[in-house]
Amino acid sequence: MATVIIPTPLRKFTNNTTRLQVNAGNVGDTIREITINFPDLKKHLLDEEGGVRSFLNIFIGNDDIRDLQNEKTPVKDDTIISIVPAIAGGKENSSSPLK
Amino acid sequence: MLVIETDAHHKMIEDAVNSFPDECCGFMLGEEDKDENRTITEILVVDNSKEGDRTRRFEISPKDYLRAEQLAVDKNLTLLGIYHSHPNHPAIPSEHDRKAAQPFFSYVIISVLNNEFVALRSWRLNDLEQFDEESVKNFSFT
Repeated sequence: MATVIIPTPLRKFTNNTTRLQVNAGNVGDTIREITINFPDLKKHLLDEEGGVRSFLNIFIGNDDIRDLQNEKTPVKDDTIISIVPAIAGGKENSSSPLK
Repeated sequence: MLVIETDAHHKMIEDAVNSFPDECCGFMLGEEDKDENRTITEILVVDNSKEGDRTRRFEISPKDYLRAEQLAVDKNLTLLGIYHSHPNHPAIPSEHDRKAAQPFFSYVIISVLNNEFVALRSWRLNDLEQFDEESVKNFSFT
């Protein structure tokens, strides 16, 4: 079974489990399988069509799955998948005066 | 309550001032007690990888994120949040900040006006995915 590393901000939805063992054929099915066992994760991992959310980064080792076969990237028993949340932000478009 | 150890506090403010007029960003690591009181002991400064206008946007690369998670494991700490700066803008999260925010994390925002530190405030998403402010204490262990 492949190993999926859950990022810190999502561990509250996996009973603080850091690593999950998942039996699935490819990356997309692996992510979907996780949401079956931990339904509170669903809105954080999947979009409304059931695909992996576009702003989520999925890595196998050091490789972004977008550079592989995306959701169809096959997984093996020794595959380690990292879920990496997109981290971004910034101030409002128009600058508000501080004083 | 978010307690920020003095060295960590200085490191974040220094990054915010030195990065002006761009937004800076980085990770906060430390410990959390059973009452969800957090103590920040370690800061990982990373590049703002946003392509385009970095004066009002920041982005952290996935590889830097993975580096932060690994640092937490190596130091037996918890990755507790993200800091970033708002140049010439209040330390209040924008709608863009809210939409991009992750659960669990503390989001420290540092306001900088013309190279001068103005304010540091921290925010966390609630269950309705709105930001609540959390109190911040700058603390020295010496």
